[in-house]
Amino acid sequence: MKRSLPPQEARPAPRPARLGATPLLFGLGVLVLLVGLWRVDANPARIWEGLSRLGWLFALMWPPSPGGVLPELLHGLAESMAMAFLGTLIAALVALPLALLGAGNIVGSAMLRFSVRRLYDGLRGIDTLIWALIFVSAVGMGPFAGILALAVPDVGTLAKLFSEALEGADRRQVEGVRAGGSGRLLAVRFGLLPQVAPLMLSQVLYTLESNARSSTVLGIVGAGGIGLALSDRIRINNWDEAAFIVLMILVMVAAIDLFSRAVRLRVIRA
Amino acid sequence: MTAGAVLAAEGRWRAARTRRWRAVALGGACFAAAVLASAWIGEVSPARLVRGLPLAWDYIHRTLPEIGLASVGADIAHWMWGFGDWVALLGDTLLIAYVGTVLGAAAALLLSFPAASTLAPGWVVGPVRRLLEFMRTVPTLVLALVFVYAFGLGPFAGVLAIAVHSAGALGKLFAEEHENVSLGPVEAVRAAGGSWPAQMRFGVLPQSLPGVLSYGLLRFEINVREASVLGIVGAGGIGEELYLAVRQFEYQDISAILVLILATVAVIDVICGRLRRRVIGVRA
Repeated sequence: MKRSLPPQEARPAPRPARLGATPLLFGLGVLVLLVGLWRVDANPARIWEGLSRLGWLFALMWPPSPGGVLPELLHGLAESMAMAFLGTLIAALVALPLALLGAGNIVGSAMLRFSVRRLYDGLRGIDTLIWALIFVSAVGMGPFAGILALAVPDVGTLAKLFSEALEGADRRQVEGVRAGGSGRLLAVRFGLLPQVAPLMLSQVLYTLESNARSSTVLGIVGAGGIGLALSDRIRINNWDEAAFIVLMILVMVAAIDLFSRAVRLRVIRA
Repeated sequence: MTAGAVLAAEGRWRAARTRRWRAVALGGACFAAAVLASAWIGEVSPARLVRGLPLAWDYIHRTLPEIGLASVGADIAHWMWGFGDWVALLGDTLLIAYVGTVLGAAAALLLSFPAASTLAPGWVVGPVRRLLEFMRTVPTLVLALVFVYAFGLGPFAGVLAIAVHSAGALGKLFAEEHENVSLGPVEAVRAAGGSWPAQMRFGVLPQSLPGVLSYGLLRFEINVREASVLGIVGAGGIGEELYLAVRQFEYQDISAILVLILATVAVIDVICGRLRRRVIGVRA
């Protein structure tokens, strides 16, 4: 998900020497935009026709209606939430040991660290929906495939964020525990983890928010959740029911965001 | 200190410890209940996990190409048999992501000034923010499904879906950038008789431009990933080819296309990272 960078007061003024290439880059950008618009076949007639059809769709969407199958839709929504929750939980549990392997202050070998980090990049680089396609083929349709599809790319994301958090931790507390005569593992447990646990929990909550959104579309490829009902309604032109499902999704996402914000505030204050 | 004070302090400590234990137990119970309920609804059980994971591993194993040491070149050529087509489709994917990002960022920039609470009156900020929230909460893929219906199959629907979602996501971030600028230049433009658009253009934008460009580039990286799946609902790009390969159990094609997607994403990440550092200087 989107995370805002910390606000910064002083920004260095751009050096004049750098401006030399700027008009060139800008021109290139516009050129690629024009080529792209031509390639995707965007002409005014098509846009106009599409917009009028879109207006017609919006008229069909009103009023949104559950179409008499509200319990079924609620079950789909609950399935999406369950998938998001379990996917995040599994990802966090798997990412924790992997993060220890990827953190520079725990694992000395640069070679191992490098290869572990490339593995994380690989997991993150493939979209959740592609993982869902693969897991539906591998373990069959249903929410189980969705949970695995949500968990796998998040292992990459969380392991990366966790190891960055671990690297940012203060060394002295670890050394204090070591000086007390404990082994490496105990030093990690009592010197390192308490420092980074709030940060990690907050990152897990961000992942949960992101997964709440992703879990609503996985049904399109058969991986469980509300998405299947939604894509079915769109396919058979039941636009009022589709609009109702979209509203349900919006409410669920807002609720999970509120919950996650409340927990995060508590964790940061504690 | 008297013995009574010590006892009282110890009593307080015990009470605090009991409260803390109760809170932990309550939280733990809620958490366990949530896990159990989710597992029940999500049809997951340890047995299923044990049965499913080998299946998943077997599937991944089957997608791996057979590359012998003796015939590396020929094997790779065999694996990447559709290289030309796939690269062309990846090019389309990049174009969809690029055009969608540029159009979305343009819309976001227009909407971000009225959404900045330090720059616009409250009765404007509220509705514009709700609009942006709506745009970024509807998933890209759902937008794509709707636009495929309205504008027909093909990449144009994908471009619009990415543009709308990006406009919502970027509009909020741009507005936050605008809120962080110093108001001095804005007042200077107003004192010189500049209208509200002129104040935004000459007072705010020069200050927030680095942040705006940086978020735009970050969004482009995300959109490349999103564009790679739009083909699944018929909205153009490499996704359709991948969908076919998965559906027809062309195991080796799956891994070939995934490797190409990964390589593209990695290259784009590196290029965007360079550009971003250049735009925002030390702030990277």
